[in-house]
Amino acid sequence: MRARNYFIGAAFALLAGGMAHSAVAQEIKIGEINSYSLLPAFTEPYRKGWQLAVEEINAAGGINGKKLVVVSKDDGGKPADAQTAANELVSSEGVAMLTGTFLSNIGLAVSDFANQKKVFFLAAEPLTDAVTWSKGNKYTFRLRPSNYMQAAMLVEAASKLPAKRWATIAPNYEYGQSAVAVFKKLMSEKRPDIQWVDEQWPPQGKIDAGPVVQAVAAANPEAILNVTFGPDLVKLVREGNTRGVFKGREVVSFLTGEPEYLDPLKDETPEGWIVTGYPWYSIKTPEHDAFLKAYQAKYNDYPRLGSIVGYQTIKSAAAIIAKAGSTDTDKMIAAAEGISMPSPFGEITFRKIDHQSTLGAYVGKTAQKDGKGVMVDAVYKKGSDYLPSDAEVEKLRPKD
Amino acid sequence: MSVAPPLLAVEGLTKSYGGIHAVRGVSFSLRAGEILALIGPNGAGKSTCFDMLNGQNKPDTGHVRLLGEETTGKKPRDIWRMGVGRTFQITATFATMTVRENVQVALISHGKQLFNLFGSAPNFNRGEAGRLLELVGMSGYADRPCGELAYGDLKRLELAVALANQPKLLLMDEPTAGMAPRERVDLMRLTAGIAREKSIGVLFTEHDMDVVFEHADRIIVLNRGTLIAEGSPAEVRSNPQVQAVYLGEGLLYDAEHREGAST
Amino acid sequence: MAFYVVQFLTGLASAASLFLVASGLSIIFGVTRIVNFAHGAFYMIGAYIAFTLTERFSGAFGFWGGVVVAALAVALIGVLVEMVLLRRIYHAPELFQLLGTFGLTLMVEDLVVLIWGPDDLVGRRAPGFKGAVDFFGQNIPSYDLFLIVLSPVVLGILWLLFQRTRWGVLVRAATQDRDMVAALGVNQKWLFTSVFAVGVFLAALGGALQIPRDAVHHAMDLRIIVEVFVVVVIGGLGSIVGAFVAAVLVSELNAFGILIFPKISIILVFLVMAAVLIVRPWGLFGKPEAAARKTPGLTVNPWRPLTSNERLAALAALVVAATLPLFAGNYALTVGSEIAIFVIFAVSLHFLMSVGGLASFGHAAYFGLGAYGVAFLAKMAGLPMIVCLLLGPLLGCMGAAVFGFFAVQLSGVYFAMLTLAFAQIVWSIAFQWVSVTGGDNGILGVWPEKWAASPSHFYWLALGVAALVTIALRVMVFSPFGYALRATRDSLLRTEAVGINAKRIQWTAFVIAGTTAGIGGALFAYLKGSVFPDNLGISLSVDALVMVLLGGVETVSGGVIGAIVYKALNIWLVSQTDLSKLVLGGFIVLIVVVFPKGIVGMLEMLAQRRRKASPPGSPLIAKPIESAE
Repeated sequence: MRARNYFIGAAFALLAGGMAHSAVAQEIKIGEINSYSLLPAFTEPYRKGWQLAVEEINAAGGINGKKLVVVSKDDGGKPADAQTAANELVSSEGVAMLTGTFLSNIGLAVSDFANQKKVFFLAAEPLTDAVTWSKGNKYTFRLRPSNYMQAAMLVEAASKLPAKRWATIAPNYEYGQSAVAVFKKLMSEKRPDIQWVDEQWPPQGKIDAGPVVQAVAAANPEAILNVTFGPDLVKLVREGNTRGVFKGREVVSFLTGEPEYLDPLKDETPEGWIVTGYPWYSIKTPEHDAFLKAYQAKYNDYPRLGSIVGYQTIKSAAAIIAKAGSTDTDKMIAAAEGISMPSPFGEITFRKIDHQSTLGAYVGKTAQKDGKGVMVDAVYKKGSDYLPSDAEVEKLRPKD
Repeated sequence: MSVAPPLLAVEGLTKSYGGIHAVRGVSFSLRAGEILALIGPNGAGKSTCFDMLNGQNKPDTGHVRLLGEETTGKKPRDIWRMGVGRTFQITATFATMTVRENVQVALISHGKQLFNLFGSAPNFNRGEAGRLLELVGMSGYADRPCGELAYGDLKRLELAVALANQPKLLLMDEPTAGMAPRERVDLMRLTAGIAREKSIGVLFTEHDMDVVFEHADRIIVLNRGTLIAEGSPAEVRSNPQVQAVYLGEGLLYDAEHREGAST
Repeated sequence: MAFYVVQFLTGLASAASLFLVASGLSIIFGVTRIVNFAHGAFYMIGAYIAFTLTERFSGAFGFWGGVVVAALAVALIGVLVEMVLLRRIYHAPELFQLLGTFGLTLMVEDLVVLIWGPDDLVGRRAPGFKGAVDFFGQNIPSYDLFLIVLSPVVLGILWLLFQRTRWGVLVRAATQDRDMVAALGVNQKWLFTSVFAVGVFLAALGGALQIPRDAVHHAMDLRIIVEVFVVVVIGGLGSIVGAFVAAVLVSELNAFGILIFPKISIILVFLVMAAVLIVRPWGLFGKPEAAARKTPGLTVNPWRPLTSNERLAALAALVVAATLPLFAGNYALTVGSEIAIFVIFAVSLHFLMSVGGLASFGHAAYFGLGAYGVAFLAKMAGLPMIVCLLLGPLLGCMGAAVFGFFAVQLSGVYFAMLTLAFAQIVWSIAFQWVSVTGGDNGILGVWPEKWAASPSHFYWLALGVAALVTIALRVMVFSPFGYALRATRDSLLRTEAVGINAKRIQWTAFVIAGTTAGIGGALFAYLKGSVFPDNLGISLSVDALVMVLLGGVETVSGGVIGAIVYKALNIWLVSQTDLSKLVLGGFIVLIVVVFPKGIVGMLEMLAQRRRKASPPGSPLIAKPIESAE
């Protein structure tokens, strides 16, 4: 048992190592957490995005004259590990605020941590409505358009379709379930005449696509709502194409227009799906041009949606700190509520009422071009147009 | 003399597997302090018979009674609680525990302390464990891990374990199998001594005829599942039927100790 | 009608890859008794290499050639792994090979991203099988038809291989009795290597054949490995026909199940496995495992309680640990609390595994139930923290009582797999029953009350509980109950013959271990302030196994050291690098090779050597076991 001494000592040494550095006066540190090891396909472009932002901010003289430093941690895709990372960033790195996260449950875990420890948290990517509504709190803000907003954008287009018989395919977890629920609710409000004829709930990441598309086809819907993404989407599309399930049917699909999900499909990209996404190749605005040029110059690669989110997350954080003129949490919250700033998608605002940003998304149709998947007829939908009324939001959000 | 029931009474024990009668209508009895050998050629049904006595196997028909109490169909552990100790053809001991601990486990079980979560087992009934080991001549090995023991020592340890619940009856399946000739005689001498001293009935199966004829008070002979002879060693030796069975098998008996029959 | 036929055929096609991978795993287990956790990794590498080859070389030859060459290449990697790693640990305690192959899996997950990049890769379709065949108005992909034909063909080839070749006879003989084959003078080394190569080939082929249907990505291994284990167990370990039938059974149940319960896929295989194992404890086509001989590595030095000096040393270590808040910051304290909690978790599994010989693959279920217990009590009933901490673990206790009752009827790998099935069932309830558990978004806001809120107070609380639990379990090891439990591990036959109801003893141990894990989970809920289905997921169960094996399964307190080393290293690595899996996996593989008895086992060995004074030649590093002869 003498060994125990030694190992505990060693464990301490490991821990102590993490505490050596403390904030240098002329720096502003921002903590950033994401699922780098679990979801590299999404988080790599995201990381490039925020690194570009850091570079630009510091090249322009930093934040109120102080150099911006982002300390980034991996959460391995586990909420518990994200909390450990958050703790390290706050307690031993002394960061001014937390940013990042991709998965909804991790976003919520860090948000709850922020609420408990009274730390400012800017959630980058998690989509769940709970982050800003049912489990919203004073300390948490969110950049990316929520599940509800994306559903509302898609419903606007879907409700104009003649189709009356609808089927849904969604991954069987909170995101899939709430995407379907919101879509159904909003859709039924606009089109009381439609019928929901089938729903499929494959497990996330483990779709057995053949039986699923076959089952959907058996219900003979006129239109299909898809919420699967990533490898599941690839399998679904391949099986559906081969079996001709999408032929003569309208498909409305969450996120599929994002390069992260669309690019792998290559020459199997289905035609004419109505999707949300990011057609970086066809956006012609000065703000986006500037971003695109800088991104391509730095990385010799094209941006994904994650790049935009990463970039804008850090830009937003910097803008908030600059406006607050301090890294005091309450001052940052006051500064963030209602702050407006430019983004590659145009001006966005973090709403005071629910801390959701008004960053929007593009809605368009999928198509193939030179053996690659692209989005055509894409139109930018401003986030502010797809949020419920203030009165409704008030009801959704717990009182601080 | 009184009409107290015999220690072990076996009546019409029958067991068949898929139409083949392994044991057919076997009946016998055993008195306290008596040493009874169950012999017979390979496949005679000794092991099946044995397993029915200790509860590992259930007879199709027939009864086994211990001091008048029915044990048929009871589980081995319940039969043990009624005062039956046993040893195995291939020793079964707790290999990662010490010799003393092996005995202590049996003592713990006997003392109904199995679910005592916070007592000290190393000190549990250490004295009694020591006495039992002393009895079988294993005191010197008490702290040795059981996995290191020679086979003969394991057999003696099994005997000590089997004696831990102060049994009225010992069931020993080929107690000397796999041992050197000298050891066999020693072990059986030891067993017989203990049995007579403590008035324990012993039923054992055995291939080694020297052991059988030297130590058994009485012998029963099985052939093809049926009891063909019963009596004192001298009677059995001179029984023509027994001679026929054994001569038919030749005298290669000793070479065949490791018969495949399962315990 | 046509629809049902097509659905049936689709199910058969899904069964194909499952069967290929499962048959490989089954063969490997049958002969070498290795629970090859890396099987999914080989499947994944097969897909990656096939992707590269089929992209490079076009045409039918390029495609099919690429698929076969990929499988062969991976089989070669398999041979290398077997010779370099597994050969050294065949004689290590049962399941230690699991740890080694788990380490490999971790490494591979990061390596493929380094080599092939993070993006999902979509390979080409199979030449000649791109379209679909019309069947009364329903389309069946022609590639599905190819797969449907392929799996019985592979089954046939394997059957011939096993029935008609000398190699096959040896493999079958070894599956039934390894020692016998060794005694017959067969060169076991090469038999094992060749079996491993064939098994890996099948896995890689299964992966390579997925290219036209699936996306190639770095989490493919985890997607399939658990399911494959389940298929192998349902079919019966070592039975290839069993693997085939089970793969078809599972796939067809899924294909038709989703028509009635669209949400069934997530839990289906585990329900089937639990049902099969309860009714047929050795799977559909399996045979009862030859008992005996499974003594965990024959400990040479028996366990003994600590001497008074050692007790003082342990106490001193505890006192030192308790002074941490005097010089460490909040983060270090929180990490310290987390480690203390994992010590509780690890010692609970250690108790079951090393004292009871029951290796649970689903121990996180009881940890997680404890955590959910606390969350329910705190959030719904609004009870005070101390009450929640006392009552929360009862949920783990109840879960262990129910599941343990069934699980202890089995032993060995079947026990492990049934516990895994139960854990997955609990997990999917937590995951799906959104209205009660919040689904994967969990239950938030389970923060400690003021008296325990500061990191130092919470640390002392966690440390104190961890110390108490460790001491209590250690006392139990040397209690009459502990002796009885060890006895059941060593010889069921003998325990029964000395009047011990082994199942009841094991069940009690299971409940004790489950409750203890629940205590860890309860503290964990308060440490994190939230509870998620992760807390009862497979990866946490695997973490626990790794901690126990790392510490040393043959020791009394290996779990403590294993938990401290693994958790500290894990947290540190995750914080330092995105390649934490690669480094951690490498570390585990190294430990497996260098310390085949685990860290504490190794230390004990050294200590024993020193006690015996002159070590003859003293090879400090355990001599690699050269062969399995």
